[in-house]
Amino acid sequence: MPKQLMKGNEAVVRGAILAGCRAFFGYPITPASEIAEAAALLMPEVGGVFIQAESEVAAINMLFGAASGGVRAMTASSSPGISLMQEGVSYAAGAELPMVIVDVMRGGPGLGNIAPEQGDYYQVVKGGGHGNYKVIVLAPNSVQEMCDLTYLAFDLAEKYRNPVYVLADGFIGQMVEPVEFPEPKLPQIDKTWCVDGTAETRHNLITSIYLAPEELEQHNLRLKEKYDRIKREEVRYEAYKVDDAELVLVGYGIVSRILKSVVDIMRGDGYKVGLLRPITLFPFPDEKIREIAKTAQVFLVVELSTGQMVDDVKLALNGMREVKFYGRCGGMVPSAEEIIEQVKSIFEELEKEIEHQK
Amino acid sequence: MQVTLQKAFVKIDKEQCKGCTLCIETCPVDVLKISDRFNSRGYHYTEYVGDGCTGCGVCFYACPEPGAITVYKRGAIVDEEVLSEA
Amino acid sequence: MATTILKKPSTFYEVFTRKPDADKINTHYCPGCGHGKLHKLIAEAIEDLGIQDRVIIINPVGCSVFLYYYFDTGHIQVAHGRAPAVATGIKRVHPHSIVISYQGDGDLAAIGGNEILHAANRGEHITVFFVNNAIYGMTGGQMAPTTLPGMKTTTTPRGRDIHNEGYPLKMAELIATLEAPVYVERVALTDAKNMAKARKAVRKAIQIQVEGKGFAFVEALSACPTGWGMNPPDAERWINEVMTKYFPLGVFKDISDKVEPVKFERKILTPEDIKKAIGIDGGEITQVKKYQRNTVAEKYKNPKIKIAGFGGQGILLLGLVLTQAGMLEEYHVSWLPSYGPEMRGGTANCHVNISETEIASPLVSIPTVLIVMNRPSLEKFERTVKPGGIIFYDNSLIDIEPSRKDVEVVAVPATKIADDLGSTKVANMVMIGAYIGYTGILTKESVFDALDMMVKRKEFNELNRRAVEAGMKFVM
Ligand SMILES: Cc1ncc(C[n+]2csc(CCOP(=O)(O)OP(=O)(O)O)c2C)c(N)n1
Ligand code: SF4
Ligand code: SF4
Ligand code: SF4
Repeated sequence: MPKQLMKGNEAVVRGAILAGCRAFFGYPITPASEIAEAAALLMPEVGGVFIQAESEVAAINMLFGAASGGVRAMTASSSPGISLMQEGVSYAAGAELPMVIVDVMRGGPGLGNIAPEQGDYYQVVKGGGHGNYKVIVLAPNSVQEMCDLTYLAFDLAEKYRNPVYVLADGFIGQMVEPVEFPEPKLPQIDKTWCVDGTAETRHNLITSIYLAPEELEQHNLRLKEKYDRIKREEVRYEAYKVDDAELVLVGYGIVSRILKSVVDIMRGDGYKVGLLRPITLFPFPDEKIREIAKTAQVFLVVELSTGQMVDDVKLALNGMREVKFYGRCGGMVPSAEEIIEQVKSIFEELEKEIEHQK
Repeated sequence: MQVTLQKAFVKIDKEQCKGCTLCIETCPVDVLKISDRFNSRGYHYTEYVGDGCTGCGVCFYACPEPGAITVYKRGAIVDEEVLSEA
Repeated sequence: MATTILKKPSTFYEVFTRKPDADKINTHYCPGCGHGKLHKLIAEAIEDLGIQDRVIIINPVGCSVFLYYYFDTGHIQVAHGRAPAVATGIKRVHPHSIVISYQGDGDLAAIGGNEILHAANRGEHITVFFVNNAIYGMTGGQMAPTTLPGMKTTTTPRGRDIHNEGYPLKMAELIATLEAPVYVERVALTDAKNMAKARKAVRKAIQIQVEGKGFAFVEALSACPTGWGMNPPDAERWINEVMTKYFPLGVFKDISDKVEPVKFERKILTPEDIKKAIGIDGGEITQVKKYQRNTVAEKYKNPKIKIAGFGGQGILLLGLVLTQAGMLEEYHVSWLPSYGPEMRGGTANCHVNISETEIASPLVSIPTVLIVMNRPSLEKFERTVKPGGIIFYDNSLIDIEPSRKDVEVVAVPATKIADDLGSTKVANMVMIGAYIGYTGILTKESVFDALDMMVKRKEFNELNRRAVEAGMKFVM
């Protein structure tokens, strides 16, 4: 198939439909609205369902209903809308429902603004709702990945019967790039657990209640086992020129694209800089970070926030190496040049230290 | 053996009765009464006095418990044992 | 033949094995609770209609949270108040299923007020049973939206004060004012006469869904002897004597014999149909055509372009056309807009990369090419241009000149040229012409094809092309 120019938000819907998604429930919010708009246009064309819900609370619960029916279904929103959905996500994780949620992050807290930010890392990666649960989080950094990771998200959601997020930002959602589309999958329903109004599924029950403490503990432990399996099997990242790097930049989403420019420019000037881009934020690539730390001396985490993912890098390293942070927020996006300055000053510090040690 | 009932009767499973007395309250011919005995879950249960049930069925719908009351109307075809329990 | 035996409906499980305690034959409800009475009516209706396999019951949060212990049907247990939204989701994806949303007054009228109103208003093909017991049963007798004025509850210890808590919500009346609902009735789960009416209403509400007619809502005044501190017969008398004064019984809406049943049909598509339906089958766009690139001077290669002007000048389209043309010539490309309210009336800008190699960052912070179409944009971005770069500006609108001496500057009276062609709107196309004509980065052929792909309204094609050509002519 030839490549096609497309906006990130529109590629999401194509990726979803190609993965067999046939239901979309959403509530408009900038900068995610094009996803709902594309779904409104395309879902009926493929025999699917589109509903503009009365709120994000309703949208996530409609999704809960469709997912209970074993149908591949999704929603999309942006930060304040995701806050409202957290109750439903907790229920879905508890009931082990596969579903895909796309968060095109914007500036917060509160109404904040509609500019790109990465301030949802905590609320998405760390849960956000109540209870011991985890969701798989995929972080695209191109329009191609908006399509591909959404496509993948449905497989992962079903494989683990768990909510999966595609965590993007306003830039990735609004950006236009060429996309090559994957092959369509036809919808299938796994009748072993869902309810679809047939005799085969009559005895199935979708629930997150476990009244007896012993049972709820067992349920939680079983979920934890599942999350541990996800940690072992689903870590995805891109490592760029890290092998001999002295300083490794860490960033996801749109930031990773800027960081890649930084690496290219600085390598040209002889600096040994590399980039680690987590593609899965949960599971987080801890092991890869520790492996890189065997050779790299310092990490610089760059985020469109005041510092959220940086915590996970620190946890992964557990004091092994120094972790620096550089962030912009509120919709301000650092330029490559700005980051290069940061990197240079870190190198200077390093040299001073080495001098000092001599 | 199956028999056709010549007169209606009501059967109350005492273990499924919570003694709420709604059936007693609603019976138009007053043929249900609360027992002074307890069932295994500690409720006084309702009993049929043994005669006079018209099979109107209102106690069945008055009862909140799914299986506490069974009403057999006249003309119902039932196993003989059911009759003997009555 | 009329039923001669009234016994536990077969819709109920014989033994309630899902109940965690030792007692597997009795419900968990208090003696005399109205929930059990309504359960029996629903179970009986499902049995009689022969739809047990198709039924999916939405279990709410409240005393009836454990519906799945009792009904041998499909179940979804959901969050407090969200049952109508969940019911919507499952019904829409499986229209053949019979979806029953069962909710208490806290669940439906307080926390889930929005969900029920909108499900009703969309006319979802679901059946809603609303248990109004004027209190929160499960959490221990707090005030419900339906608690009567003056009624004491644990959170209205002095009685419900209408100045503090407002009036009880009459949900049946409220729902009946909406256009879509097909059938709305309020019944009371009390004496024989009321039970007979309730039984009929329950059947009818499910029947309407079976027939594909739409949304049905039955509100049932229901005893909560525990919450009210009454014995069961007194509780039912209180409903009849006191509650029905505020919540009158009866049919509030019934258009069931007027509405046309909906037949649900599912499209079945092949992979090829799907690609076509979502516009990725190639369609008119084919890569079969090979575009000949111009030879481009080194300094104009791999441009990082920033384009800026007023919203409404077609700034974003200008960028998109360059991006699309670049893609046709098999360059790596990216386009990134400023977005949101900024576009509505204010300034607009976008970043375009056209590159021989993979594009790392799509953001253009230091452009090698700046195309500006108003003065504020020139003032804002001039200083960001890379030394040795190039600025194109519309000097029919911008009354100052760029001050930078270390960049090339090309003044293009784009708006004036566009006006002369008959439409101010094509000034952006003139700029495209000027840019490609001056630098040779893209060919006229690829730009024309890109225009065909990007501009949906074909009547502009001719004018657009002439504008591009006029721009090229001006700089060459
Ligand atoms: C989000 C949330 N808030 C509060 C609760 C606590 N809660 C459980 S049931 C209930 C009220 C139920 O009352 P109602 O819907 O009238 O049903 P009833 O128990 O009277 O049948 C409340 C407030 C909850 N489970 N979830
Ligand atoms: S069926 Fe009618 S008459 Fe017989 S016990 Fe029940 S209420 Fe009384
Ligand atoms: S109505 Fe049912 S539970 Fe109540 S007393 Fe009668 S038989 Fe027992
Ligand atoms: S508290 Fe009230 S509503 Fe709940 S089971 Fe008891 S009587 Fe029924």
